[in-house]
Formats: sequence, structure tokens, C-alpha cells
Amino acid sequence: MASLPPKHRLQSSAADSAATGQHEHHRPRGLMRWVLTTNHKEIGTLYLIFSLTMFLIGGVFALVVRAELFQPGLQLVQPEFFNQMTTMHGLIMVFGAVMPAFVGLANWMVPLQIGAPDMALPRLNNFSFWLLPIAFTLMLSTLFMPGGAPNFGWTFYAPLSTTYAPPSTTFFILSLHIAGISSILGAINIIATILNLRAPGMRMMDMTLFVWTWLITAFLLIAVMPVLAGVVTMMLMDINFGTSFFNAGGGGDPVLFQHLFWFFGHPEVYIMILPAFGIVSVIIPTFARKRLFGYASMVYATASIAILSFLVWAHHMFVVGLPLVAELFFMYSTMLIAVPTGVKVFNWITTLFRGSISFEPAMLFAIAFVVLFTIGGFSGLMLAISPADFQYHDTYFVVAHFHYVLVPGAVFSIMAAVYYWLPKWTGHYPHLRLSQWHFWLSVIGVNLTFFPMHFSGLAGMPRRIPDYSLQFADFNMVSSIGAFMFGLSQLLFVVIVIMCVRGGKTAPAKAWDGAEDLEWTVPSPAPLHTFEHPPQYRPVEH
Amino acid sequence: MSGGSYYVPATSKWPILGSLAMGVMMVGGGTWLVHGAVGSPLMLAGLVGILAVMVLWFRDVIRESMAGLYDAQMDRSFRWGMGWFIFSEVMFFAAFFGALFYVRTLALPWLDGEGAKGVTALLWPDFSASWPLLDPPDSRISGPAETLSPWQLPLVNTLLLVSSSITLTVAHEALKMGERQATHNWLFGTVLLGTCFIIIQGVEYYEAYHHLGLTLEAGIYGSTFFMLTGFHGLHVIIGTIILASILLRIRKGHFSGANHFGFEAAAWYWHFVDVVWLGLFIFVYVF
Repeated sequence: MASLPPKHRLQSSAADSAATGQHEHHRPRGLMRWVLTTNHKEIGTLYLIFSLTMFLIGGVFALVVRAELFQPGLQLVQPEFFNQMTTMHGLIMVFGAVMPAFVGLANWMVPLQIGAPDMALPRLNNFSFWLLPIAFTLMLSTLFMPGGAPNFGWTFYAPLSTTYAPPSTTFFILSLHIAGISSILGAINIIATILNLRAPGMRMMDMTLFVWTWLITAFLLIAVMPVLAGVVTMMLMDINFGTSFFNAGGGGDPVLFQHLFWFFGHPEVYIMILPAFGIVSVIIPTFARKRLFGYASMVYATASIAILSFLVWAHHMFVVGLPLVAELFFMYSTMLIAVPTGVKVFNWITTLFRGSISFEPAMLFAIAFVVLFTIGGFSGLMLAISPADFQYHDTYFVVAHFHYVLVPGAVFSIMAAVYYWLPKWTGHYPHLRLSQWHFWLSVIGVNLTFFPMHFSGLAGMPRRIPDYSLQFADFNMVSSIGAFMFGLSQLLFVVIVIMCVRGGKTAPAKAWDGAEDLEWTVPSPAPLHTFEHPPQYRPVEH
Repeated sequence: MSGGSYYVPATSKWPILGSLAMGVMMVGGGTWLVHGAVGSPLMLAGLVGILAVMVLWFRDVIRESMAGLYDAQMDRSFRWGMGWFIFSEVMFFAAFFGALFYVRTLALPWLDGEGAKGVTALLWPDFSASWPLLDPPDSRISGPAETLSPWQLPLVNTLLLVSSSITLTVAHEALKMGERQATHNWLFGTVLLGTCFIIIQGVEYYEAYHHLGLTLEAGIYGSTFFMLTGFHGLHVIIGTIILASILLRIRKGHFSGANHFGFEAAAWYWHFVDVVWLGLFIFVYVF
């Protein structure tokens, strides 16, 4: 193998540079290095930094909301601005923070876990990333436009988002188009990488759960992001060109918007949680020092959830006036999702059972994920019951539900992934004591924030309203205190990451003694180019 | 495989320039829609930028391909990439077809009072559902006077597109057998058929706007009609440009009988556009 001459110039120069360390002759330096990069690790880092920035911006919006809700009555902001804050918080967190964070992790770790040198289409990868800052600059700029930013909630239901929308909605639609193109191209790249660039000898059923969940997530993205593009295009046409898609006066239907939106929106929910399942399925075996229990069933459960996700969308619309048969169908299909999800939770617990467990920060976040995500899953089951949903709909109970699956669910899994892979990225362990502080402040803050919302919601407090009746005052005060505690403790996270990049306890190639996947065979920090010659993969029996 | 190594391409400035051009086009387009003509030069500049980046980016890829830098694995990556891209396009059209089916089979009958809910019928008691919808519920929205007969220009267009798929396949077979002149001629015929389709579609739109009162503003029939046929027509235009580029590459002596993924990708795209048209012909024009 070594005696073979390099097939072409580009490859030989890359191979030479790897042989002489990390230096390359023709690499752009400084800012241009990041602007032009086609390297999956650099692009992964860009995605993660972008996501963290959006997480902090979206977090500030959330704190504006919680500050206003600290006490009943109108204190800090105008109701109009409050609506803009709830809307922008949701949009930024979903499309700007959680999705790019998972794409960043996929960029870094999928090639390393399958023994590939890079993503399959590296230039497309650069394009996918750089569309994002443009999309979100445009989206955030709507805050400064006449009439203010979008104010109709992150689900932008017509006709609030068409007939009664501020003029900036057109810009919001266009920014969502750019973000959607970025997601589709990124997903195509990830699928092509996983299907085509696995190390010789690695079968599909040898892949880590993180790679598996991302393969299925990428499929979901390619299937539903175009539907989102379609529905926002219809909005754009209704607003600017007089079409009647969501206008009953012209023969259209506002409910059509909801169907199309949630046909995108429900798979979107799984786009934000399947990679989290993958991360947790990689971290728990490492720190339980056992192989993942039920590997194959985990793969099938992930695929089942993905397929079911196309058949449940109208459970978001139980109170809109659906025919009875639709209420029943969507109630039962939604409950079915609990089966594969239950398979996953039981597999994680069984992996822990009789394991030799240690509680590194990554493991703390992963275990908190299992417990708290399951709470969110159970409240989801309650919401799936159509007759009961007539009470829960559009109350803080819904807010509690989806924040439990998204914050101690998706966001905690991202934190866990960062603590797990930081040694591979930087060559240093994150500061242990500070990480533990970060975990405990986060886990207490998150529960203080969202647990009381179950109660205020069941008692009837509606979502997206800047004022509330006096009996909800105590719950809201606790929620607001928790929110500021959670928000401020994320600054500690930023400090920990910066400290870890700059120094800290040196990590060996195999940073965790229970870690078995391919990424732990390359040095820490991972050199710029890895696996330029495909490693021979030795299958292990799961 | 085991002795091979991976292909890692060099850095490129086209992606970032493409992103910037996309941003310029969207800001310009939004400004044009919200604030009027001041935005249109910006939008056009962005569009020209995107087209220029596409030309230059593809030029680089073609050069690298011609230089033999791509191996079988890279070829497979391109195939997966193009295949999944076409799937995303399918889902984009699915959204518009879904809207059409929902409106026809559920929303309009409900507006007419069908079903257990019934309350929607109280909005416009005089409304009666029909498809094509010539009288929208709100009298301020005037529906089309009549709709296009499927058995005139649309049928011609169907024949044009179906035959273009056949001529393209003949060109592909000729390319595989190394008969380059035949490839060139059949491909040229395909481009001609595509161009004729676009022209006829233009004539049809003119008819619709000027004689039938069928416009974007003509209620839900006009909305679904123009968005479905419009996005399809846009795809035919793009597909024709792609095929014309492939024709130029054939003239320059690109592609071999064994290795011609650029040609195949263009053909996949063209067949996809053809299949969408058949769906349109059946569900928009005939039924």
C-alpha cells in the first residue's frame, strides 16, 4: 500500500503535509483559512461556534420573555415586542442553535467514526455552512425593520403570518429559504459520506449509533425541508402576489398551512432529537464500560421513529376542527411512537445495569438526558390523548413538554457531546470541577424553569401572552428565577470551552478508558487530516 | 479499494462567493417585494453572481474531472448527491401537490357545508364547491372565466416532453456505444423539444392571463395552477440549460462511453422533470 504512487497531485500534497505534521504550504492563513476551508474538522468547529452564538442570542430573547413574566402585569416590554421575542427565540433556537450544533458534531465526528478522510463533498460543505450566517443575519435584522420582527410565534400560522403579518415577514421567509438550502445540502453531504466513505470492512450494522441516527436524520431533513420551503413560498405568494393558498375567501384554507407546516414540523422535532439519541447511545456505553445493550433494536427503533414521524403531524392540530377519524388516527399513531422510544430508554437503562459506571461530565449530562427526556416523553403521551389535549392545547403545559425534550433533551445531549469529544478536539480535558458546577447549575436551573410550567399550564395559563392572572404568579416567579440561573450558568460553559481550547490536562488518543469507537484511534487533538488512507476496520459483534 | 486512498479536493473560493451572492439576491428580492423597485438591481446583481459562481464552480469540477483527479469513490459520492438532491425536489413538488389535493377533496367541500363540522358553511352560505373553482367564496376575488383545455396545448406539451425523454435516452445509448455524432444530434433534438415546451408554456400563460382571466389572483385555482406549472416550467428551463451545457461539452469532446456522470445527472434531472409533468397533466389539466 505504501509503495503505491500517489494517484494525483492534490492527494500527494495532502499526504505530504500530513507526514510533516500539520503544516501545509498552500493553505490560506488567518481569516481566509476559515472562510475557504473544506476541512470537515474546521467546518465542524465553525458550525459549533455559530450554534453557540445563536444559543446565547436566542437565550437572551428567552430571558427577556422570562423577565417580563417574572410578575403579573406589564413591566418591561410592550406586548408587541414580547411577541417578537417569543417568535425569534423559537426560530433562532430551532434553526440556528440546535440544528447547526448537530450538523457541526456530524461534521467533526461522522468521518472520524467511519474512518473517512473528510465529508464526501467538502466544498458543498463549506457552502452549507456559510449560508447560515447570511440566513441568520437576515433573520435577526428583521428586529430593526419598520413594524418589527415576525411576531406570530415560531410556527408562523397563517393568517397571522400572511394577512396580519409585519412587512419584515418577507425577509423572514427569504432567510428561512437560505437556512433550508443549507440544511438540505448539509444532509445530502452527510448521507453521501455515510453511504460511500465508510472504511473498508465496515458494514452498515458496524456503524456507531451516532452515525446511524445521523443517517436517518439526514433522510428526514431531505424529505421535509423542501416541504417547509414550499409552505413559506406559498406564504410569500399570498403576501406579495395575491394568491389564495391560506385565504378561505379565495377557496384556500388557513388550516392547509397548519397541515403543511406540521408535515415538516413533526419530522423536524425528530431531526432535533435523533442525533441526541445517537450521542447518548455512544456516551453511556463508554462510561458504563459495557457494550450498548440491544444495538440492532436501537437501529430499528430509530428507523421506526423516523417512519412514524411522517404519520403523526396533525396531533399538533387537535383543536383546529379535524374530522373525528383524523383525531383518532393521529392520536393512535402518536402513541405508537412511545414504543420505539421506550425501546431506546430501556436499552440505555439496561446498558447501565451492572455497568462499571463513572460520572464524568459527559456521563452526567447523558444520564440527566435519559431521565429528563423521559419526563418530556411522558408529557408528550399526555398531549397525544386527543380529548385531553383540548385542555392542554396552547397552555404552558405544552411549553413545559417541548422544553423538556429540547433543553434537557437535545441541548443536554449537545453539552454531553461537547464534554465527551472536547479531548479529541483540543487535546485537553475540560476543567472537571467547573464542568460539574456547570452540570448541576444547569440541571437545577432547567427543572426550576420548566417543571412549574406543567402546573401553570394545567391550571390554564396560555402560551405567548405577556400578562397572566394572579394565581399563576408564584409558578412564574420560580420559572423566571430558574431561567436566569440556567442562562447565566451557560456563560460558565463558554468559559470552560475557552479554557479547554487554551490548555488543561493533556488527553491521550483514547481519552476515556471505556471508549471503543474509531475516533479514539487517532491522536488527541485530532490532526487536521485523518484517515487519508482508509483504515482496515475489524468488525466487532454487537 | 483496500490499496486506494481517498480524494480530498483543494480549497475553493466559489462556495463563499456563492453564499454572499445568495445573501445579496435575497436582500434585494425582499427589498423589491417590500419597498419596491429600489431592490431590483440588488436582486439582479445577486442572481448574476449566483449564476457566475455556478459556471465557475462547475468549470473547476469539470477541469478536475478531465484531469483524472476523480476516482470511482468520488463518482459514487456525486451519484448519491444528485440522487438525494432530486428526492428533495420531489418533496418540494409534493408540498404543492398536497395543497392541491387537500383543497380539492377536503377544504372546498367543507366550505360548502359538507361534513360533520358544518360551521365553515356559515361563512359564505351561497358558496357552492366545484373544481375548477370559477367562483371563489369571497366576491371580491374574481375567479377565472374558464380554464385551459387539456387536449390542446397541454397535450402537445405532454407529447413534446415525453418524446424529449426518449430522444435523451437514445442519445445516452449512443454515447455509451461511442457514437458521438449521433449523441450530439439526439441531444440537440432534446434541447429543441425542451425549448419548444417552454415557448408553448409561455403562449399558454399569455392565453390564461389575457383571454381567460386565469391569473395568480384568481382564487385557489389560479394559485395552484400557476405555482405548480410555474415551478415545473422553471425546472424545464433549468433542465434545458443543463442539457445545453452538456451539449457544449459533447462538442468539446468531453465524456467517454464508460465515464459520463455529468451526462447521466442531467438525464436523471430531465426524466424527473418529465415525470412531474405527467403528474401535472393528469391532476392539474385533465382531472
